[in-house]
Amino acid sequence: MIYFDNVSKHYNDGRASGLEEITFQVAPKEFVSIVGHSGAGKTTLLKMIIAEDFPSAGTVFYESLDIHRIPRSKLPQYRRKIGTIFQDFKLLPHKTAYENVAFAMEANGRTDDEIAENVPQALALVDLEDKAFNFPHELSGGEKQRVAIARAIVNQPDIIIADEPTGNLDPIATYEVVQILRKINDLGTTVIMTTHNKGVVDEIERRVITMDEGRIIRDDADGKYVL
Amino acid sequence: MLTGLRRIVKAGFVGFWRNAYVSLASVFVLTIALFVIGSTMFLDQLLTTSLNTIQSKVDINVYFVPDAPLDEIDRIRDAVTALPEVAVVTFTSREDALEEYRSRNQGNEIALQALEELNENPLGATIAVQARETSQYESVARYLDEQKALEDVSSPVIDVINYARNKDSIDTLTGIIAAVERTSFFVMIVLLLASTLITFNTIRLAIYTSREEIAIMRLVGASNMFIRGPFMLQGIMYGLIAGLFTLALFYPLLLWIGPETAAFFEINLFDYYMDNFQTIFGVLVGIGVTLGLVSSTFAVARYLRT
Repeated sequence: MIYFDNVSKHYNDGRASGLEEITFQVAPKEFVSIVGHSGAGKTTLLKMIIAEDFPSAGTVFYESLDIHRIPRSKLPQYRRKIGTIFQDFKLLPHKTAYENVAFAMEANGRTDDEIAENVPQALALVDLEDKAFNFPHELSGGEKQRVAIARAIVNQPDIIIADEPTGNLDPIATYEVVQILRKINDLGTTVIMTTHNKGVVDEIERRVITMDEGRIIRDDADGKYVL
Repeated sequence: MLTGLRRIVKAGFVGFWRNAYVSLASVFVLTIALFVIGSTMFLDQLLTTSLNTIQSKVDINVYFVPDAPLDEIDRIRDAVTALPEVAVVTFTSREDALEEYRSRNQGNEIALQALEELNENPLGATIAVQARETSQYESVARYLDEQKALEDVSSPVIDVINYARNKDSIDTLTGIIAAVERTSFFVMIVLLLASTLITFNTIRLAIYTSREEIAIMRLVGASNMFIRGPFMLQGIMYGLIAGLFTLALFYPLLLWIGPETAAFFEINLFDYYMDNFQTIFGVLVGIGVTLGLVSSTFAVARYLRT
């Protein structure tokens, strides 16, 4: 589904978090955790998938599509296939939880009826029906992240990209978020997640890719957090 | 398509309302800019009217000798009227001149008695010549001097041409008008440029506060038009509201200073405002909306490049 073919990324300013000859692939319905120290290149790798960053060498494919050759005008359509979740939630501050989730559908050109049907379902999946009309600043960290997850899944994307989704959360919220991500994966969506959190990785018990200084140093099918 | 447009419009209004402080600041700055632009327009009108008034008071008078033949006077009058520099030629016949003298000296017994003593009309006909531009009096005067020089010395027609007497004041006025026109043009350009830049920067700052939002919208797959649309609409709203504010602000202000300008510059600015309301509305609201729209479009474009 996603193929990295000998991808390298070097920054002119000498930043360490580049990539060195990365080659791997992700199959449909997989749950892949990418672990490693800060600056190992985890986030750079995810940015390549959503075409937020460009490789210095090598190619990244989505199915047979070279991601970095997609014309700028077609990028929005491509990004709609991917749901993104971030450590800092990235919610629209002037929109309620409901509107944040609905926005992703509006941007997708979905009808009002679909929005009225799917947004409550997505919010129910993350157990936030009663906070639908709260603004982000009225929600806790865990609740914000659950809104972000609802937004990421509401368009039924092929892949969920989660960059340190539990990085800002307390242990209980972390547990909840991981359970939700597992549930999404069980329903058939591919999930690629980066994390620092040993507990999270060990609990998921799925494929783990370990990175260090821009390289993949381990790729375990039934992984544990080893660093 | 229609749904997309409706969503953009709704997002524009909601964004305007929920970012109330930022919207208020933008409208405020835009109102000041439009006020400056409007004031410049009114000042320009004041200047143009008063210059025209002053110009219309300047003329060259040609005094004919009392026994000048009428056909000669007509010939000179027609020749002067045909000059391209000449705007208006006013003819005053001997009889009219006498009538004017009488009415001017009404109550002045000595002057009227002196006239009676003469038994005949001592006044000659005159023509008053107004040039299109004050700078053109020189050449009109030169033409009249030539006419006088060509006359038969034994039977002159033209008695006096008063240009030489008026020359200094005409020259001074020409200089002042040129300087005022140059300066006011320069000042207007500077003011227009400054208000445009200030507006542009304010709206850029307003959108800078939304740069994170724009990045998020892109990440969830919103098209550029879907992101840009609400900001463009907000820019239009800033301009529209600021334009209406400015028009409302000018109303009491001009009502107040209208009589003053009427007394001093011979134009009541309030009447001018009411008579030309449609044009002024169009200009101020038009400039406001254009400034708002262009500023926000450019400001958002910055965050849409990848």
